[in-house]
Amino acid sequence: MMRGKGYFFKWYVALFLVFLYAPAILLPVFAFNDSSIVSFPLKGFTTKWFEVLQSTEALHVAVRNSLMIAVTTAIFSTLFGVLAARASTRFAFPARRSIMGFIMLPMVLPEIIIGVSLLVVIIQLGFELSLFTIILGHILICTPFCIAILSSAFMNLDRSLEEASIDLGQTRWNTFWMVIFPLVMPGIVASLLIAFTISLDEFIIAFFLAGTEPTLPVYIWGQLRFPQKLPSLMALGTLLLVLSISLLLLADYFRRRGLKKTGIENSGGFL
Amino acid sequence: MVLISPTLVFTLLMLAVPLIMVLALSFWTQSYLTLDRSFSLENYKTAWTEPMYQYLMARSLKISIFVTALTVLLAYPVAYFISFHVTPKRKAMWIFLITIPFWTSYLMRIFLWKVILGYNGVVNGSLMGLGLIEQPLSFILYNQNAVVLTLAHSWVPFAILPIFVALERVDRSLIEAAEDLGDNRLRRFLRVTLPLSMPGVIAATIIVFIPTIGDYVTPRLVGGPNGLMISNIIELQFKKANNAPLGAALAVSAMAIVTCVTLVFVWMNRKFMRGPK
Repeated sequence: MMRGKGYFFKWYVALFLVFLYAPAILLPVFAFNDSSIVSFPLKGFTTKWFEVLQSTEALHVAVRNSLMIAVTTAIFSTLFGVLAARASTRFAFPARRSIMGFIMLPMVLPEIIIGVSLLVVIIQLGFELSLFTIILGHILICTPFCIAILSSAFMNLDRSLEEASIDLGQTRWNTFWMVIFPLVMPGIVASLLIAFTISLDEFIIAFFLAGTEPTLPVYIWGQLRFPQKLPSLMALGTLLLVLSISLLLLADYFRRRGLKKTGIENSGGFL
Repeated sequence: MVLISPTLVFTLLMLAVPLIMVLALSFWTQSYLTLDRSFSLENYKTAWTEPMYQYLMARSLKISIFVTALTVLLAYPVAYFISFHVTPKRKAMWIFLITIPFWTSYLMRIFLWKVILGYNGVVNGSLMGLGLIEQPLSFILYNQNAVVLTLAHSWVPFAILPIFVALERVDRSLIEAAEDLGDNRLRRFLRVTLPLSMPGVIAATIIVFIPTIGDYVTPRLVGGPNGLMISNIIELQFKKANNAPLGAALAVSAMAIVTCVTLVFVWMNRKFMRGPK
């Protein structure tokens, strides 16, 4: 029945995947290309662009800043995410839908609006721009993603397990730690990894809120102007690509494990 | 209520308060370093009457609409393929496959489109290699087409997901019923599948449309002088031009326009959800 149409779809989807993955495939190609110009034809294989990265001190500073921001962001946005996800899935409270909608708003708001508004507040209040201000912005945009992941983890909980624990004389606090926490643990790990990945890659907010200390994307943006820096940026991009894909696979693994623990069919990606 | 309060308080402090301050700032005026805090509509007058800003706003809106249309058109067949042609066990893997590129370095991803579309780029190189063209094409980079294509690439996973979810909810027996009643494949699609998946299409439209109008990096990297958008001028006002109040007025205006257009979409969504009477 579907044969004729299925054939068209297969071709279309194959072409679409080429379009979708074109940048990700070209990145490593140019990273190992032995030419200082990023263009075809390719000249030969080299790993020298990766060696350039090793000896660039400014890059190392940016990486340290970004890692610090990403780890802090991951912890706090997951913490906020756990609170919001638990509250919205387990308890009824007034205006729940509007409150959740408001908290999820940064997911659809243009990042430039968030960057600009935080910049205004910080300047008006007379604070200095620093890594700390970037962290605040990143927590704001990562929390909705954490809530999305954690909500499904909390929603799939069987409430009778919790009730059983209380009937058996455990306090609410103990029940949370001994029954609920282990069940949602994979979701929490997935949320930490996703927030870390988003923060590490976020540019606009960091660009507006960075003082004198750059994050990794801000550093990359500064270097994109210099043609001679491009091959080593391709190498850097390749490393980031490998890192983020590994983190995603890890996050997806934990998300699946979480679903298995609560006995739910896997229904797709994170978003 | 107690549980949600830390998250809510954080969002109120970091989102609502800053947005209100931007609104306040847009009614103030600044000359050099002194900020005049008396109420004034001067910035809005400039933002809405100065031809450069009018032009940039219209262009940003136009680019966003094109991006949204292209993205949804590209995404629909892919979502349809995953929903109707992929075995249920493999669906999660496909969705994962579609979302991976979104998580890979944002700046490098956009920059590589510059490499792909450039004068000595991948597209020109291959076309010349195949003997299809003699001279590299120069109209594919540093213009609005390049911005539209690159933005569509960035946002297409976000369009596929809601359409896929909507298609998954389509009751398959309705399609069979249409088939039994003699509708051919095209009529089945147009009369059953497409209307039922419309909420997903509208959701995809909103998800793509709102953020693209505020995109900063893509126009800067691949847009050239004629491809700049409103966010580039907002950034300029806040940084180099040192006129934050005007920047705030431009940002508020852009958001107001986006909100209006979005409300129309939401209204359409409601209408489709209720269905024809």
